[in-house]
Amino acid sequence: MNGLQNHSNKNHSNKNQSSLIRSQNTNCAGCGMSVALNLLGDVLGNNVKMAIPACCGIVTAHSFPFSAYKVPVIASTFAASSMVAAGMKVIQELNHESCHVLAFAGDGGTFDIGLACLSSNAERNENIIYVCYDNEVYGNTGAQRSSATPLGASTTTTPLGKTGFKKDIMAIMAAHRIPYAATLSVGFPDDFTQKVRLASTIKGFRFLHILSPCTPNWKIEPSQTIRLARLAVETGVFPLYEVFEGAKYKVTIRPKELRPVEQYFSLQKRFSRMSPETKNAFERAIHNNWNRLLQLEEIYPA
Amino acid sequence: MIKQLCTANYAGGWTFSICGNANRNARGCGAGIYPITPQTEVVETMVDLYNKGLIKKGRIFHVESEHSALAACIGMSMEGARAFTATSSNGALYMAENIVCSALLRLPIVMQIVNRTLGPEWNIWAEQGESLLFRDWGWIQIYCEDNQEFVDHILMAFYISENHKVLLPSMLCVDAFILSHTLMPVLLPTQEEADQYLPSLDLPHRLKVENPCTVGGLSAPRITASHRYQMEADFANVFPVYREAQDHFEKIFHRRPTDPVSGYCVEDAEVIVVASATVASTVRKAVDKFRAQGKKVGLLKFKMLRPFPTELFLSVVKNADKIAVIDRNFALGAPQKVGGIFCQDIVAALGSVASAKLVQSYILGIGGLDVTGDQIDFVINDIFSRSQPTQSLWGGL
Repeated sequence: MNGLQNHSNKNHSNKNQSSLIRSQNTNCAGCGMSVALNLLGDVLGNNVKMAIPACCGIVTAHSFPFSAYKVPVIASTFAASSMVAAGMKVIQELNHESCHVLAFAGDGGTFDIGLACLSSNAERNENIIYVCYDNEVYGNTGAQRSSATPLGASTTTTPLGKTGFKKDIMAIMAAHRIPYAATLSVGFPDDFTQKVRLASTIKGFRFLHILSPCTPNWKIEPSQTIRLARLAVETGVFPLYEVFEGAKYKVTIRPKELRPVEQYFSLQKRFSRMSPETKNAFERAIHNNWNRLLQLEEIYPA
Repeated sequence: MIKQLCTANYAGGWTFSICGNANRNARGCGAGIYPITPQTEVVETMVDLYNKGLIKKGRIFHVESEHSALAACIGMSMEGARAFTATSSNGALYMAENIVCSALLRLPIVMQIVNRTLGPEWNIWAEQGESLLFRDWGWIQIYCEDNQEFVDHILMAFYISENHKVLLPSMLCVDAFILSHTLMPVLLPTQEEADQYLPSLDLPHRLKVENPCTVGGLSAPRITASHRYQMEADFANVFPVYREAQDHFEKIFHRRPTDPVSGYCVEDAEVIVVASATVASTVRKAVDKFRAQGKKVGLLKFKMLRPFPTELFLSVVKNADKIAVIDRNFALGAPQKVGGIFCQDIVAALGSVASAKLVQSYILGIGGLDVTGDQIDFVINDIFSRSQPTQSLWGGL
């Protein structure tokens, strides 16, 4: 089991040639999604096709006839990326082609508008890799709350901070008993790539949930993206774990003890309006979730 | 040909499957299916035939909504497969975004629409509201008079839509229950005949790893405008390709599907009644009756609404003084209260040549009301005596 102390980052940042995405694209400096695309490309290479709904991921491609992607991409309708990807995959299989088909969607396209479609494709166990890069906000439209927005975070539609908790999408996906679901962080690239590698060898529906810091909407400095991605894990805000067949759990990054969540809050202006009570509620929920996860892992080990 | 007594829905399920399987030596075929009354038997038939092994290279997706049913077709079509589905009424509206998307992505998907009244209130009977909502977004639209015409046009639709000069999807409309649930003797295509009729689908813009491009992403206004202009230009290619599809059909099936609009007793007609779908059958009977009384009346059956066959239409009606247009649909709040949508298009087509013909709109069969012989008699008597057009006249209320 990887402890934090012996978890090394192996020069992923030295690669200047990604397999999926070209350099000099127009994404924001410090974009977590861009890092995620680089890491996905490191493992999957470019024998990949993607269905991307409305989200920053499709804006990444930039304007026709150019494309910042090095692989074929279809812009699906907002709710339907998983279905379009599954349709593509089936025809490839019928024609004995082996490329990976990804649905690559943000939290809006996953937690909200795309949920019914996602559920349906997971329930049928379609043979695709569904990647949700979760920046916890409708980022493309300028920071409106989604059901992935955490408690207390300010958005343009929750200016005083969101009053409810973030939806537990991993529990929803686990309930579909899909072969593989995992959380990934761009702050832990070795863990990230290991999971992508494992996912790429499994047949059936694979769900990868990536926490993707978003500089304009989290109101953070570009230099803080990786630090926050790591802090999210170290504070227990975003634990890194895997769920196999919806039944067996494995925590892949295990901090000795969780850091105070205040360290995570203090670097992000989106949490600046949080009351002490809300912070306490947030922290309690995180600790409960972390303990629950450890218990699940103990009772139902992978 | 297999002669069989069957509903339009069964005939659709059979013919879609046979046509899909005709692509088995290319990229295969597939459907996304979601049930809605009165379409359900189509998808049940597809599944039954699939389970019996009729489709050698294909997949049927059992999805959670109409939106996904068409999204599945989009994914499969983008990979070069022959894709098809069927829906009706509110189902088509739930699908709306992907209906427009299919055409804009230039995917030759073929879809059966069982024309059913939009709700609420909850009404499952025939009306053309849902397909007409999608009149203007690049789908070829065919309104079928009987089950045979529907079967023939499934074959024709794949042939036309997949032609490289066209590459636009097709919507085949049948009236709820009147066709969807009515048994008629139909000549169904055999696999061998469909194989002969349909060339394999070769989608020029299918996604290939060796040619990575992004389809449907961000586009600057000038690019989008150019694409739309190109769609309109390619829409015009439907007419010659339609004729080619008819010729080819005749060679293999020894019958010829009718033209996009076709006349009956129109050569010397003073009055022409325009009707689409099953109402055309009722009008044809009435024309026979009035002709026996010496009244010079004819029928124009309007089958293909998009692309609108303007020249053909004008040539069929050229000798008539008056045109009565029967619509089983209504556009609320239209100019001059003329809400029949076929009628509006016809007025526009005649306006383009400054015609002085009198055109009167009649609204029959809304909400699935029966369109009776008596109502057609009223229409014909009314148009003969009419000197001025007025707002749409409603029947059966």
